[in-house]
Parts: sequence; structure tokens; C-alpha cells
Amino acid sequence: MTRRPSRRATAGQWLLLLAVVAVVWALLRSAGHNLAQRNMSLGFGFLGDQAGFDIPFHLVSWTTFDTYGRALLVCSLNALLVSVMGVVASTALGLLIGVMRLSANWLVRNTAVAFIELIRNTPQLVQIVFWYAAVLQALPSARQSLAVPGGILLNIRGLYLPRMITGPDGSFLPWLAMLVLAGTPFAWRLRIRDARIGVKALLLPLLAAALFLADVDRIEWPALKGFNVAGGIGLPPELVALWAGLSIYSAAFIAEIVRSSIQAVPRGQQEAALSLGLKPRQRLLLIVLPQALRLMVPPLTSQYLNLIKNSSLGAAIAYPEIFEIFAGTVLNQSGREIETIIIVMAIFLVINLLTSALMNWYNRRVALVGR
Amino acid sequence: MTAEIPARSPAHRLAGHTAGSLSRGIRQAMNALRRNLFNSIGNTILSGMMLALFWLVIPPFVDWAVTHATIAGISKSACDGSGACWTFIKVRLPSFFYGSFPPTERWRVDLAALLLVAFGIPVLRDRVARRGLWVVLLLTVFPVLAGVLLVGGVPGLPYVGTHLWGGLLLNTTISFVAVAGSLPLGMALALGRRSGLPIVRMLSIGFIELWRGVPLLTVLFMATVMLPLFLPHGITIDNLVRAMVALTLFTSAYMAEVVRGGLQGVPSGQEEAAYALGLKWWQVQYCVVLPQALRLVVPGIVNTVVDLFKDTTLVTIVGLFDMLGAVNQAINDPAWLGLAKEGYAFAALLFFVCCFAMSSFGRRFERRLERSTPR
Repeated sequence: MTRRPSRRATAGQWLLLLAVVAVVWALLRSAGHNLAQRNMSLGFGFLGDQAGFDIPFHLVSWTTFDTYGRALLVCSLNALLVSVMGVVASTALGLLIGVMRLSANWLVRNTAVAFIELIRNTPQLVQIVFWYAAVLQALPSARQSLAVPGGILLNIRGLYLPRMITGPDGSFLPWLAMLVLAGTPFAWRLRIRDARIGVKALLLPLLAAALFLADVDRIEWPALKGFNVAGGIGLPPELVALWAGLSIYSAAFIAEIVRSSIQAVPRGQQEAALSLGLKPRQRLLLIVLPQALRLMVPPLTSQYLNLIKNSSLGAAIAYPEIFEIFAGTVLNQSGREIETIIIVMAIFLVINLLTSALMNWYNRRVALVGR
Repeated sequence: MTAEIPARSPAHRLAGHTAGSLSRGIRQAMNALRRNLFNSIGNTILSGMMLALFWLVIPPFVDWAVTHATIAGISKSACDGSGACWTFIKVRLPSFFYGSFPPTERWRVDLAALLLVAFGIPVLRDRVARRGLWVVLLLTVFPVLAGVLLVGGVPGLPYVGTHLWGGLLLNTTISFVAVAGSLPLGMALALGRRSGLPIVRMLSIGFIELWRGVPLLTVLFMATVMLPLFLPHGITIDNLVRAMVALTLFTSAYMAEVVRGGLQGVPSGQEEAAYALGLKWWQVQYCVVLPQALRLVVPGIVNTVVDLFKDTTLVTIVGLFDMLGAVNQAINDPAWLGLAKEGYAFAALLFFVCCFAMSSFGRRFERRLERSTPR
């Protein structure tokens, strides 16, 4: 309960507002003055100009004749790609390490502790450049590619994964798989004949994977042809290094979130389950996990948001994401400092506000009702 | 448990010869191993997997880092390439700590570091009389002394421009300034966010969410590239100061959220009781709420400081030569090509030592807090 502010304080806040407005106005005025001196004007018209530079890695088509506006789309998609890959990998790895951290086995538990401490106490940028310059750049050439089990090739030019070629065009199975995957968080609350689906919802991603695999026609394996690798999906070393750096760093934090959420479930809950005669597996799946997962939602959200923001560190190893392309190449070419920085900041702000709004909404739906 | 009782009986202890106690020690160790690692089939498999993993990772690493490594000599030709080339680190070590600070003036950096330790110890120790006074000294007297020492320009101390600063010196300086600036700013923002005045609250929320919503890299870039555009013509600000301002503003948003958590942890009865005594708003905050809140959030503040210290490496992207920048520079030196692994491993190790020490302090404080808080 906050007290009603005094009349003097209520008046004082207008002075504060006035001061803020005055400072902003003074800054804008001198910016306008400086721009006028350089014969420049503000405006986003330059987005229609021809870019004329190459973006080495792109998901949608890109030529040097395309516009700055399309460059924005290309590099946003690149940033989105590495963020999604990072979120998936860091969640999987973080869950594994977090469960290891809680293991009764001394060796397993302390290996997890060592991993978490080592990763959390070194800068992420050092880790990313380490993966890039010390690991990936030290790999052999394409002719001596390292073969990773599962038909994956790794060499100095990047990581080559088998490509799954789907059946005839227009098949609905991949879409159905995506729908199932997207519906997983919501299936939690559904009831079938008065029984909550609950943790069993975690089976849905497996179902989605099965649906997707059912649609796969054949698999194209990457293979050595001449001096390079042909076939499969090639990921450039910049993407692999950034992906590794982002996901391993976040995984250490997610592991701690997993551990603290599971430990935060009140002991009485376990004891009550025990006294009801539930077996260890039932205690974990029916009592502990459903409550722990709810506690995880808010800290996980901020961890994912950190990961998305940190994808801008790709600029240090020249991965063509938003910061590298827009605050780098485009800014240098067009000389439009204010506009490019505004665009970059606005994109990250929008992504952040949208994600946190979505997660807050989801959190309100699943949160435990407090007493 | 029953198996251990005879071993611990006094008669046994009296009769224990050296050989007997040794074999008992081994037996106890084996027991402990069995209890912890091999007490069930599942656990045995897990332990076996971990041991196999260690066997795969540790021997090659020791071979590289110790057995086949070189540290003698002063050039790359001393290293034969079969293991780590620590010669590189040895030769380049000063630049990792001081950057391009003139060699004859480096004692000034050492002295400033000593002063930081001397002022820091009383603040961080468990039981100190007048901790507040030491904090004030650390935040007022120390920066002046260190500033004069590092910048110079007074008789006896030649001027050293900030473009010559680098290495760990830069990370430490930026971190210190950003912490000293963001703590008070963060507290003000946290109080503002909880204020009953709508305009103050809105401004605080806007400020906090703006900085928390964008990557630090864009903030640093804004400070180095855009700031000159917004300043009146003729005014220029040192590059290092720009980075410091950016990091201070950025960190203050995170500090504010940490402090806010602490403010929410103070029971509302405290505030109401203080108002009932007739204290004014600032008296309530300063004398009753903040002291309790800050005690609660020391671990959170330490985490934020560790994050900040790690994030200072980002200044290397905007063209300052911090520790990571110095390592980058050394790695790209034509005389020492191909030693990225050694360079970055050393950088990671150095940061790990600093950050681990800080987070250990935070955890120790947290444990002390748990012990002393009545439940």
C-alpha cells in the first residue's frame, strides 16, 4: 500500500517531466543542427536504395541488386534462425545439465556443477570467439572432413547435415506436425474424460517429429565432391560458432533455473505424495514436475530474451545478423547513423516486448493460484 | 551403516597401527565410493559413462596444456606445435594487463590496483565497524586517487591518454565506474518505479524497459557513433567515457530491477510503522526501507556486477582494446599466427578467476543471510 503523495511532490513531478523534455529537446535540436551542417536529413527513404553488397548467408534469395529494405529482411531472418536454434539447443542441454545437477550420483552431480561454474563465469563473447577462431577455424579442410556419427560432416567451411527431402509438394503432414508442436503448451490444460493431460503433453513433440519423419521421402547425405562438400544442408562456421556460443552459455543458466525450480517445490508436496503411496516415478511426473515447470516459465522467458539479444554478438565473428549488417555494412555505406541504430534498436525492442507479452499471458494462464 | 561401527570403536582406534589405519582408510574410501557411485545398476552405468567421458577429455587436454606444452623461449620458434604454446602468453602478458600503457609508468596501474584492494577489503569483510564509511571512501576518495594516478598530468606523473589504456585495466576501470554510477541511479529508478507519482513511475518504467529491451552492443554503438551527433557542435567526449556512460545507463536498469525485488521483500508493515511515527517519505526510504532491502539484494547486486564485468568485453567491438581486444591483437600479430586457442583459453581463465571469486563472495553472503534471517 503506497501512501498518497503530498501536494508538493505531485507538483514536483511536473518539474521532473519538464526537465526531461528540455534535455531531450536540446539533444534533438543539436542533432538537427549537426545534420543540417552535414547536409543530411532524417528519413527512411534510403531503405529503397540498392544495397550493392553481398550477404554470404541468406535464407531467402539475395542479390547485390536488392534494396536495403530486403537486406533488413534477410538479416532479421538470419538472427531469427540462430535465435530459434539457440533456444531449442539451450533448452535441451540445460534440462540435461539441470537434471544431472540434481542427480544422487556424486560424479554426475559435480560434473554438472563444474560445467555450470565454468560457463557462467566466463564472458559470452570470449566463448563465441573461442568456438569460432580456436575450434572451427582449426578444423581440417573439406578433403579431410571429420565424419560425425549420423552422416554429419564437419570441416573448416562449416557443418554439413543430412537434408531430409519431403514427399510430393502440397503434403499437409509437415504443417500438421508444426501445429501439434505449437499446441503442446496448451494441451497441458486440456482434459480428456475428466483426466488432465498434464505432463503427457510432452509426448506431443515426439508425435510431431514422427509426423514429420513420415513425410520424408529420402535423405540426401552430404558427400565429398572434388574439393568441396556437396549435398545436405551446409551451415557456415559463423553460424555454428554463434549457435554453440549462445546455446552453451544459456544452457548453464537454464540448468540453474531447472534445478532451483525443482528444489522450490515445497517438500511437503513430496511428503504428501509419499504418504499417498505414489511411486518415485509418479511423484516426479504427477507432483513435482507440473509445479516446477510453472515456476520455470518467468525466468526461462528472460533467459530466452537474453539469448535473442545476445545474438547480436554475432557481429564479432561476422555472422550476417541484424547488427552486423545494419549497424555495420549499411551504416558505413549509407552514412545514416541515426536511422540504422533506430531500426536495430526498434527491432530488438519489438521482439522483446512481444515475447514478454506472450510469455506473461501464458504465465498468467498456467501460474499457480496463490493464497 | 552397521559395517562402520566396529571401525569407529575406541578399542579399534587404540590398537590401530599405521598400516591398519591405512587399510582402514582405503576401506572407508571404497565404502564411500560404493555408496555414492555404485549403489545400484543405474548409478553404476552412469558413473561408468562419466568416467569414460573423463577418459576421453582429460588426458588429451593435459597432454596439450601441460605435457607437450612449451613455455621457454621468447619467440614462436620455441614452440614445436605438438602442444600449447604458453611462450606466447608469457611474452604478451603485459599487454593483456596494461594494454599500451607506457612501460615506465605501469607501476601507477599496480599502485591503483593495490589501492582498490586496500579500500575494497574493509567493505567486503564480514565484521567491520563503520562499513558505511568505508563504502563512502571507496566511492569518493579512491576514484580521485586512482584517477590522478592513472591519468596523471600533475607534477611527477606524466599524462597518459586513455587511448593508451587497455587490457584488464580497462575492464576493471569501466566496471568500477559503471558499478559506482549504476548503484545510486538504479536505487533511484527502483524507488521511482514504486512511487505513487504517475509521471515519475512512467518515466522510470520507460527508462528501465528501454535499456532492458535492447542488446548492450547497440547501446555501446549508440554511445560511440550517435552521441557525437546529439552533442552541441565543438564538444567531444573521450571514447572511454562514452563506453562508461553507456554501460552505466545499461547496468542501472538491471540494478533497478534487482533493488526493486529487495524493496518488495521488505514487509509493508515496516513502511506503515515508519509513517505512523511521523517520518517523511525520504526518511522512511533512507532509514527504514532501503537498509533492509539492500541487505536482501546483495547477492543479486553481485550477480549484476559479475555480468557487467563479463560484458565489458563488448567494448572491443566498438574499438577499445580491453583484455579481449589485446588478445585479439596478439593473435593477429604476424609473428604469432595460429595461437588462437592459447590466447582465448588464457582470456577465459583470467575472467573465470575474477568472476568466480566475485560469485563465491555473493554465495557466501547469501548463506550468511539465510542463517541470520529469522524464519
